[in-house]
Amino acid sequence: MALMQIAEPGMSPEPHQARLAVGIDLGTTNSLVATVRSGAPVVLPDAHGRPLLPSIVRYRPDGRVEVGYAAQARQAEDPKNTIVSVKRFMGRGVKDVAHLESAPYDFIDAPGMLQLRTAAGVKSPVEVSSEILKVLRERAEISLAGSISGAVITVPAYFDDAQRQATKDAGRIAGLNVLRLLNEPTAAAIAYGLENAAEGTYAVYDLGGGTFDLSILKLTKGVFEVVATSGDSMLGGDDFDQRVFCWVVEKAKLAPLSAHDMRLLLVKAREAKEYLTFHGEARITARLSTGEFVDVVLDTETFCSITQTLVQKTLGPVRKALRDAGLSAEEIKGVVMVGGATRMPQVQRAVGEFFRRDPLNNLDPDKVVALGAAMQANVLAGNKPQGEDWLLLDVIPLSLGIETMGGLTEKIIPRNTTIPAGRAQEFTTFKDGQTGMSIHVVQGERELVSDCRSLARFELKGIPPMVAGAARIRVAFQVDADGLLSVSAKESTTGVEASITVKPSYGLGDADVERMLRDSFEHAREDMHSRALAEHRVDGQRLIEATRAALAADEALLSPEEKNSILAAVAGLEKLVPGTDHRKIKKAIEVLNRATDEFAARRMDAGIKRALAGRKIGSL
Amino acid sequence: MHNHFDLFGLPPAFSIEGEALERSYRDIQSKVHPDRFAHAGDAERRASLQWTTRVNEAYRTLKDPVQRAKHLLELHGVDVAFETNTAMPPDFLVQQMELRESLEEAKTPNALDEMRKTLRQEKAALEKQIGNAIDSKKDYAGAAGLVRKLQFLDRLDEEIDSAYEGIE
Repeated sequence: MALMQIAEPGMSPEPHQARLAVGIDLGTTNSLVATVRSGAPVVLPDAHGRPLLPSIVRYRPDGRVEVGYAAQARQAEDPKNTIVSVKRFMGRGVKDVAHLESAPYDFIDAPGMLQLRTAAGVKSPVEVSSEILKVLRERAEISLAGSISGAVITVPAYFDDAQRQATKDAGRIAGLNVLRLLNEPTAAAIAYGLENAAEGTYAVYDLGGGTFDLSILKLTKGVFEVVATSGDSMLGGDDFDQRVFCWVVEKAKLAPLSAHDMRLLLVKAREAKEYLTFHGEARITARLSTGEFVDVVLDTETFCSITQTLVQKTLGPVRKALRDAGLSAEEIKGVVMVGGATRMPQVQRAVGEFFRRDPLNNLDPDKVVALGAAMQANVLAGNKPQGEDWLLLDVIPLSLGIETMGGLTEKIIPRNTTIPAGRAQEFTTFKDGQTGMSIHVVQGERELVSDCRSLARFELKGIPPMVAGAARIRVAFQVDADGLLSVSAKESTTGVEASITVKPSYGLGDADVERMLRDSFEHAREDMHSRALAEHRVDGQRLIEATRAALAADEALLSPEEKNSILAAVAGLEKLVPGTDHRKIKKAIEVLNRATDEFAARRMDAGIKRALAGRKIGSL
Repeated sequence: MHNHFDLFGLPPAFSIEGEALERSYRDIQSKVHPDRFAHAGDAERRASLQWTTRVNEAYRTLKDPVQRAKHLLELHGVDVAFETNTAMPPDFLVQQMELRESLEEAKTPNALDEMRKTLRQEKAALEKQIGNAIDSKKDYAGAAGLVRKLQFLDRLDEEIDSAYEGIE
């Protein structure tokens, strides 16, 4: 279901007016929203002219929510209810998160994904993230004076399926039509590549607040092809703060700290880290709630030595990505630096030494991802004429597979496979008369299932009783352009077929998402109705326009009868769109979609034939 | 079964022109990729997803020498039978065992680099033989044996990857 924010119900965008599309960098530390204005990407600032929105959400006892600078100002005062770096918890369970003990929150160990107890009730990281997205959506709507037709939200390339799904759900709950999840290093490569007309093989080194990505891309004539990606979704600038924090605690011989003091010192540690980028030493002072006064001086040399292992840790994924790409460091034409944490001189130095060339720093490492996302959103919204747009070929970061006998992983789609990707594998029963099979979907590179991330479990029932090994169970994986997986299984020897489609879940069911959606709109029923109506009207109008355009271009592919049945479905929908029954509109949309199924397939075939014909003429 | 060569408008041969394959792949992707249909109706989006998936799979198959040869042999009705036919010439097996022993002893990146270099040369030589068997001699049954050998070498290549990770 695509949710659209509409200024006035019934208003649909003018057919030839550019659709308002935004790119959102939902960062661990800061978030941004950008759009393309008169052909150039720009970051949209808030009413005070500030481009960044600190990714901090505070839940007040009265139920009100503060986001950004207001929440940041209260983080030491109200640490339990002020959630910082929520991205680290997306799609994660309690046992997956490092340094949980030094995060001053009241965690609840829920299946699949942890939750946080706040003054305003129990919150999922998805809901917390959606508060940040809502503020950015409102900022864009005010700034662009219109409703947003779609958004591209960026995610770390190394995010697994659960983390991606959580991000997409957060977008839906924030009322955004998520056109695509885009990998952060890929977004940066678009912004960098187009700005500098770059051609060749580039690496993007993206060290953010909480995640590290390394992607290798081949840039050729308007095609951005990711060759390999690697990273660590639990490594970022926050870990450097953590090291400084631990150093202060040890240096000042502090007793176990309260949540308030912990947050206070973490803030001081971050400030010291940032100060050291341009200075030789940083003084850290703080008055603790115990009355104790902390006053220590951290110099660059000590800072480098306590964080050296973190910097080294980033080079492992760098080597791995190069190996996967079959390239040596010398074959990389340039290394684009992304993420605020790459400002640290020791990071710049380590990357420079590894690749034996100066890293590229000519784009603002805080903004480049949002700018690239805005450019991609503009293309996806259809605002670029054919020929001027570009093609983006991305990959999945981690192998997908299922559990087989003995707790071993059988990989079905290997890492670095270009998406969308699909593959099927056959399995069989191991007991005589076995009528059911449990399918466990996992993601990761390790051989043992217990070392991989569990994405979903489901049962295939109704297999006809046969001797062991006779059944043929075909498990099919499909990864879409967002990098999201769906799985289906089917038994097909005796003509009896059972199949099921699962969407990997991280503990939030569809019902939970629906509830969060409802909660996020104050006047539940009426509001839901008018939203549904507005959204189906837009969808319907869009489909009518798209179908008419398709008919105008490729009418020749249809027989007169086929054309008439499509036209009848168009007319049926068109009659209902101005009405007020959103269910009827939805039905008519489905009818038109079904009526154009075959036409769409034929158009796609014809497109390929044209592409090949063009190639042959071109190469003569 | 789909003929992946037809899809890209290429002659069905083991020796392929990499650039022509790449160009053709990109031309097709620029027509069918989901990014071109982000605002289209469900029917078109579904068709786009199916096509892109198929084109990606075909491209991956043709880019990889083992998979390309396997596909080509299947088009000629010969099953490479990786799972069932594990019979290998004894001298080849002895050589493989020796290589794996030296892999276990290789504890430095330099030693691994050296092994990989030798392996890549062997692979290139084997690929040349496969091309000769399929494209010139049309000896498909003979080629199947060579392809199985090449797959052995591919596995060793993967083990070298893990060895790098082990010492890092």
